Amino acid sequence: MTEPLIYELSSPGRCGVLLPELDVPETALPEGLLRDDLDLPEVSEVQVIRHFVKLSTLNYSIDKGFYPLGSCTMKYNPKVNEDAARLPGLAGLHPLVDEQDAQGALAMMYHLQGWLAEIAGFAGCSLQPAAGAQGEFAGLLMIRAYHLDRGDTKRTRILIPNSAHGTNPASVTMAGFEAVELPSDENGDVDLEALRVACDDTVAGMMITVPSTLGLFEVHLPEVIELVHACGGLMYMDGANMNAMMGVLKPGEIGFDVQHYNLHKTFSTPHGGGGPGSGPVAVNEKLLPFLPGPIAGVVEEASGDDEAPLYGWVMPEKSIGRLKAFHGNFGMIIRAFTYIRIHGGTGLKAVSQYAVLNANYLLSQLRDTYTVPHDRFCGHEFVIEGHWKDAPGVHALDISKRLMDYGLHPPTNYFPLIVPEALMIEPTETEPKETLDAFVEVMKTIAREAHEDPELLHSAPHVTPVGRVDEVLAAKQLALCCVPIPDWSARTELKTDLA
Amino acid sequence: MSGNIPADLKFTESDEWIRVEGNEATIGVSDYAQEQLNDIVYVELPDVGAEYKKGDTFGVVESVKAASDMHMPVSGTITAVNEALEDAPETVNSDPYGAGWFVKITLANPSELAGLMDAAAYAKYLEGRE
Amino acid sequence: MTYIPHTESDRRAMLDAIGVDSIEALFGAVPEQYRFPHLDIPGPLSEMEVMAELRGLQAINASAQDYSIFLGAGAYNHFVPSAVNHILLRGEFYTAYTPYQPEISQGTLQAIFEYQSMMCALTGMEAANASHYDGATSLAEAVIVALNEGRGKRRKVILSRTVNPQYRQVVRTYMQGQNVTFIGDDSARSLDELVGLLDGETALLVVAYPNFLGQIEDLKGLADKVHAAGALLAIVADPIALALFKTPGELGADMVVGDGQPLGIPLSFGGPYLGFFACTKKLVRKISGRIIGETQDNRGQRAFVMTLRPREQDIRREKASSNICTNQGLMSLSAAIYLSLMGKCGLSKVAHLCYQKAHYAAQQIDALDGFEVEFGKPFFKEFVVRCPIPVDEINAYLLEEWGIIGGYDLGRDYPEMKDCMLIAVTEMNTREEIDALVEALKEVAE
Repeated sequence: MTEPLIYELSSPGRCGVLLPELDVPETALPEGLLRDDLDLPEVSEVQVIRHFVKLSTLNYSIDKGFYPLGSCTMKYNPKVNEDAARLPGLAGLHPLVDEQDAQGALAMMYHLQGWLAEIAGFAGCSLQPAAGAQGEFAGLLMIRAYHLDRGDTKRTRILIPNSAHGTNPASVTMAGFEAVELPSDENGDVDLEALRVACDDTVAGMMITVPSTLGLFEVHLPEVIELVHACGGLMYMDGANMNAMMGVLKPGEIGFDVQHYNLHKTFSTPHGGGGPGSGPVAVNEKLLPFLPGPIAGVVEEASGDDEAPLYGWVMPEKSIGRLKAFHGNFGMIIRAFTYIRIHGGTGLKAVSQYAVLNANYLLSQLRDTYTVPHDRFCGHEFVIEGHWKDAPGVHALDISKRLMDYGLHPPTNYFPLIVPEALMIEPTETEPKETLDAFVEVMKTIAREAHEDPELLHSAPHVTPVGRVDEVLAAKQLALCCVPIPDWSARTELKTDLA
Repeated sequence: MSGNIPADLKFTESDEWIRVEGNEATIGVSDYAQEQLNDIVYVELPDVGAEYKKGDTFGVVESVKAASDMHMPVSGTITAVNEALEDAPETVNSDPYGAGWFVKITLANPSELAGLMDAAAYAKYLEGRE
Repeated sequence: MTYIPHTESDRRAMLDAIGVDSIEALFGAVPEQYRFPHLDIPGPLSEMEVMAELRGLQAINASAQDYSIFLGAGAYNHFVPSAVNHILLRGEFYTAYTPYQPEISQGTLQAIFEYQSMMCALTGMEAANASHYDGATSLAEAVIVALNEGRGKRRKVILSRTVNPQYRQVVRTYMQGQNVTFIGDDSARSLDELVGLLDGETALLVVAYPNFLGQIEDLKGLADKVHAAGALLAIVADPIALALFKTPGELGADMVVGDGQPLGIPLSFGGPYLGFFACTKKLVRKISGRIIGETQDNRGQRAFVMTLRPREQDIRREKASSNICTNQGLMSLSAAIYLSLMGKCGLSKVAHLCYQKAHYAAQQIDALDGFEVEFGKPFFKEFVVRCPIPVDEINAYLLEEWGIIGGYDLGRDYPEMKDCMLIAVTEMNTREEIDALVEALKEVAE
């Protein structure tokens, strides 16, 4: 069950859009600068609609079913968010209009900055980062700028637990630091002894995810923070798991200096098949002057109680600079604004509480069937092993693929790296008990199949639009484009005489 | 499963092998390493003439699931690279000690060879790793 | 609670199964003095109330829906066919995750593959990735590729001053932790003068096409000179202009980057947009970001899958070429739908309409007393007008008296261009709107 490429539906002379006729006198085009041909498909509107609708049916999505993808927080994406982002005064607003003509948009950004600072117990926030990875990068650049601003030039290392998301070390390298990996102890927490040894005056800071990527609340978090601060480093919190934290623990209060959010995880903005995301970064007083900017601020206080203040763009005094053109992924900012407005503080607290309830309930139901490497109360997610000693041929990958046959999306597999055959499960708060129970039944059935008929798992999935795909072939043939590219090197008239 | 370990080669802890002939040497990755990586789909090689110190990264070998840096067993200057791997990286899987070689070098400091493992030591080292 | 479906009896049953009395009991690992802080956030509000509030907030913005607009400078008011939004609203697309599981993600994977193909066609390049955050960060990623390609030894990047000023700020932000020098954009330089800056330290030369001032420079021969110095050439392009003008591929570019916002993506106050990134086949293993490749499944069917994965951060960690782990998935889908609908003749026509209307507007404005249009170089949909009074005064008048959002004040970024306005004209601007702008400018100068 596959769909032809849009190019394969093309017939010369067709067009999917009728455009108005030219209503002004014509000017000659500049000869010698024009292209010859444009190899785009020629299809009608109905062909385009049917093509993309058919493609959409080949996807799994939250709207279709349960998505227990650990560390990704695949919660329901409320429909009102989509209507909000499409309001004409927001969707049609040019980013460079005068501040006075964008007061509604600026007010939304100003309030969201404040709420995100409040949720995490920080002093300020910038909405500029376009994704969590860019938020991490921003946080690290701020840590760098902070040390340099104090004339402290020898801090070149960032400590990272070995359970971290791969983005953490990658961001560290991009920011010009060296990533130093720390081991975890047998409980899945940071190895305090190793941390103590690593802490010296070359440490710029430490990045840590809370709850950890194992889904656990680090038991000695206060000690970790104290050790790093004592050697002069700053603490960065990877906010990927904030869905377990709202109204539970404010990172800023426990001593973190900076963190990012993933609006597409915690605040229900859609994942969109891989983006766009949004990764606001929040900081304490120390780092406030270094925030990426400009950010939304009040440039003139309200004159009366019923008046709104005048909002405008403010560049933080020692800003690390601009991270992207314009002001961040505003469309995602609208959705998160809407989500927070609907929940309020009490609603957000309930979100985290029920996310944690759902995860612990699932854990309690799967514990007897699957090995749980770190068995204690979990946060919003937990890790099990997708492997049994008495079914040696079956791996986490096989379980994942078999889940698809039951109409479910697999958990995150093979992450975190410190658990062999990891299956990482995050149910989110928006799933009812019935869905969780149905998932448990399927997981138990698959465990039985793994022992009785492992081939059923090895050959899975069977009912999906396509079967297991050949990744080696893809990597070797590198067919990345279906359009023939003209051989420009043959066009000698473009070459100049270099002599 | 430590795979084939030819007796005339020396090995590193990061699974490169080196075959020394006078002041010249050929370098590749061991049978064990190619097996761990599985289907190799790409090999990135250095420029001829590049100079490296012992332990420097001189190339990358990629499968669909992993990428692994290759490190110089000893210091030296690259004199040849195996360009055939560009089109047929799978040669590393099928013939790691022969047609699947990566680079040839001129040794900068032959005394460094003494620090490498011989076949017996490497076999023992692999056992310990499993 | 709105999106939390638990009934009281569900909650009770679940707590019993776990073996605790209350949800609070699950948080024992959180240090007590920090546990359960108050969140000072107003609400909750009903959906009805929130939408009423949002309608109020959006109404006080001056949007392109209510005004005629001649503002561009990196974000453009182009026509978006209705069909684009209807497809985007399919939950199967927008509520799907990154397509790590190809068996149940062929919709997303094939759509991105088609997007990559259409971007190759548009740019004349051999490969395109699944996109970066926006045009500015695409350029930053191109800088990283060039530095890596120079094996870390070439540490200099030449930027033309006519590359979007915000893009130039972003690449500097990105590289502040690396030892990289940016030169060339401190003063206005011709292409020949930029070429004169090339040396053995240079990793990359960046020009824009059209440039930030709307001009199409003749880039023939530039690539050869850049390559002769051992450097790479990146061209920042407007995707609509590429329907009309010689492709960067033909001009010998190594990388083509830019913002795909004109391809069916709303202005939305600056984002989310689409950072497109295309390159030669030679560079494809060096670039960052998601890439989709064609392959087969175990049933012999054509299938698509994320490929060249080992470059990425989740595998390569601190050695990854970039930390990026998203693409602008939904935005690249917008572009794929838009380019399919427009197709060969539609996109050419959009480009043609932009060119003709911009030239008509330029000629009419140039004829006004006190206004002078820079006609020195060919231009596409934007042009520079020297004005008799400060641009912000003109714009305030245009908005209040005529309901027109005027052009960009170039003096903000280019001190040498005080009182210069960058005017953008697209297929959306009717002749009546252009004539009104001309009339208004005439009035303002009097």
